[in-house]
Amino acid sequence: MNNLSVDLNRVGAKGALAEEANGKWGMVIDQDLCTGCQACVAACAMENNIPFVMEEDAGYGRSLHWIRIERFWEGEYPEVRTTPYQPMLCQQCGSAPCEPVCPVFASVHSQSENLNLQVYNRCIGTRYCANNCPYQVRQFNYRDYHIEPFHANEVNRELAFTFHNQFNPDVTVRRRGVMEKCTFCIQRIHKAEDKAKSEGREVQDGEFTTACAQACPTNAIVFGLLDNPESLVNQLAQHQEHGYHQLEELNTKPRITYLKEG
Amino acid sequence: MAVTSGYLGAEKAHAEHEEEHDPRESLMYDPLPRGVMNEMVMDSMHTTSWKFWVVLGILAFLVATCFFYAWGYMIAKGLGVAGVMRPSYWGVFLVNTVFWIGISHAGTFISAILRVMKAEFRRPFTRAAELMTTFGLIQAGSSIFMHLGRVWLSYWMFPIPNERRLWPNFHSPLMWDLLAITTYVLGSTMYLFLPLIPDLAMARDRSTGWRKTFYRILSLGFRGTEGEWRHLTTAMNIFAFAIIPVMFSVHTIVSWDFAMASRPGWSSTVFGPYFVLGALHSGMGAVAVVLFLMRSTMKHMTYFIRKEHFDALGKLMMIVSFTYAYFFFNDYIVQWYGGDKWTDTLLHWLEEGPMAWMFYQMIAFNIVIPFLTLWNKRVRQTPWLLAIIGLLINVGMYWERYLIIPVTLTINRMPFTWKLYEPRIEIFLTIGTFSMFLLFYMIASRLIPLIPVWEVQEGQMVHSLRKVGKAQVPTVSEFE
Repeated sequence: MNNLSVDLNRVGAKGALAEEANGKWGMVIDQDLCTGCQACVAACAMENNIPFVMEEDAGYGRSLHWIRIERFWEGEYPEVRTTPYQPMLCQQCGSAPCEPVCPVFASVHSQSENLNLQVYNRCIGTRYCANNCPYQVRQFNYRDYHIEPFHANEVNRELAFTFHNQFNPDVTVRRRGVMEKCTFCIQRIHKAEDKAKSEGREVQDGEFTTACAQACPTNAIVFGLLDNPESLVNQLAQHQEHGYHQLEELNTKPRITYLKEG
Repeated sequence: MAVTSGYLGAEKAHAEHEEEHDPRESLMYDPLPRGVMNEMVMDSMHTTSWKFWVVLGILAFLVATCFFYAWGYMIAKGLGVAGVMRPSYWGVFLVNTVFWIGISHAGTFISAILRVMKAEFRRPFTRAAELMTTFGLIQAGSSIFMHLGRVWLSYWMFPIPNERRLWPNFHSPLMWDLLAITTYVLGSTMYLFLPLIPDLAMARDRSTGWRKTFYRILSLGFRGTEGEWRHLTTAMNIFAFAIIPVMFSVHTIVSWDFAMASRPGWSSTVFGPYFVLGALHSGMGAVAVVLFLMRSTMKHMTYFIRKEHFDALGKLMMIVSFTYAYFFFNDYIVQWYGGDKWTDTLLHWLEEGPMAWMFYQMIAFNIVIPFLTLWNKRVRQTPWLLAIIGLLINVGMYWERYLIIPVTLTINRMPFTWKLYEPRIEIFLTIGTFSMFLLFYMIASRLIPLIPVWEVQEGQMVHSLRKVGKAQVPTVSEFE
């Protein structure tokens, strides 16, 4: 496959031909099983402290969801047919377009988890990463949504943010002006890794899963160890003939495989 | 014999043609004594009518409300008050940045390239163009900072050593941008200042009170000795040559913010020269507007800024317009020919979508109107007409940047997110930056000589009319 005299992986070339670029954690989404129920969207919002942005902002294109269900139609009016639902979330690209464009290294690749990370504290909000993301899955905090009055009830003439009581303590609450995106529930990854380490073993596949996969009533979303040939996610990603990657022509090396019309 | 007479006749016709055109219409052949000219420039700085103060007051009010208050409000409330959203994460702020950097290019082009080329018509308006560079860059810089989500942390883009060893990412085109614009601001400010020194010294010798102190400090003790002139000329030569590549690189790097991204309509290899030419196009138009305003509002300016200068500027505008058209069609036609699915969608969106009016206005203002009008000498020599054409070019160029940034961003590879951007607080901040530019310019017009007197005098010394028989023949002697 690689006839070049230079090892592109060694020189760090973009879009290198690494075999190991398959990644550690991966996901398979079966669009034939997806019913478009949006349970994953709700579960993700609860797990990752994603505030509501309310109708006006959401309608204007500022919804903050890390995962969204895309619906499309095919054909002209009488013969309209919906295509399978397309859950869209960060593809955790092996060669991510969002990473090189950040001027302050807020969008970085983690070496241990082999994931694409967003460092909220470092982000200064140039939004270049979001422009360069072909999947349009990066979300920007236009306001301090978590302290907007629509999240509060008035108790004794003071605003009480009951919403804050349901925050997940493992996840940062993002302030305005920073980018955010799906992390593959990295807090769950870390929890499982810590547990495995304390028990002196490796993390097992299926030990835990992401919030979206956990909530999916039809098991359309499968999450697991991609580099383990025994894992379900690897089996599905490698051996299903109808698997494909989103915008594969861009060579971003996504970690998510979609299955459609199998 | 018949041949000779024909030749003589031709000579005669040529001579008659020359007589129609009085060489004294040209500034270089219409010299005034040094003292008189200096007094004229000083007078133009000191004469202010009530209209000046009214306009200054309005602009100051607009700057206070639309720039400082609106920006402060946006910092306090977050970018939610602006119109940016998915998929148009960049909006009018970056349009303004690119626009103002474009405006700033005219200064360097006129003053550095024409100085290096020894184009004589540049002499009276190099200063006016250089001021546009500096003031335009101030607006461009503030527009970049406006667009940041957390502007109070923008110093993280500077390579400041810190205990965590966090360093800016030099892979990012935004970092190149920051470095290029900083270099350009510093270089162009120094290049504005150097030719200003002799004029500041002239003003120092002719003023009293606080002005004298002001000019004494700024003129750095310049007395006009042989050695001082030699050093100044050397410094100006170095800067004139050094700033030209900086000027080309800055707008190329600004275009790379877009060209390096993998977006349909953006990842185009022709963006570098296309943006440089676009910058010159809007910059030349802006110079025409500024020259017209100077000539019609300031005292004695009709002596310095003449029809010949508008004529020369009009020719430059036309050439730049031709070149711009070449790059414009190169960009669009090559992309169209590529047949990429997303680019095709984008081009259809531009041509038929809700912003199509902007697309056609852009072509009309940038290409069609300059083509149809500027070939005509009478149009070029009418200051107000040239100013209107310059204004239209600037509107067209603003539309061009608007189409390239928020409108192009609308179309991406995820059709689910397609949505048209609408500016909100950006409108006020745009008014704010324009007001600030004009305000700075008006204040500068009363504080520093807008006409580089020494350059005009230098030009007039080497140009002279000599009598050959009965005819007055314009001559130029070699200098340096």
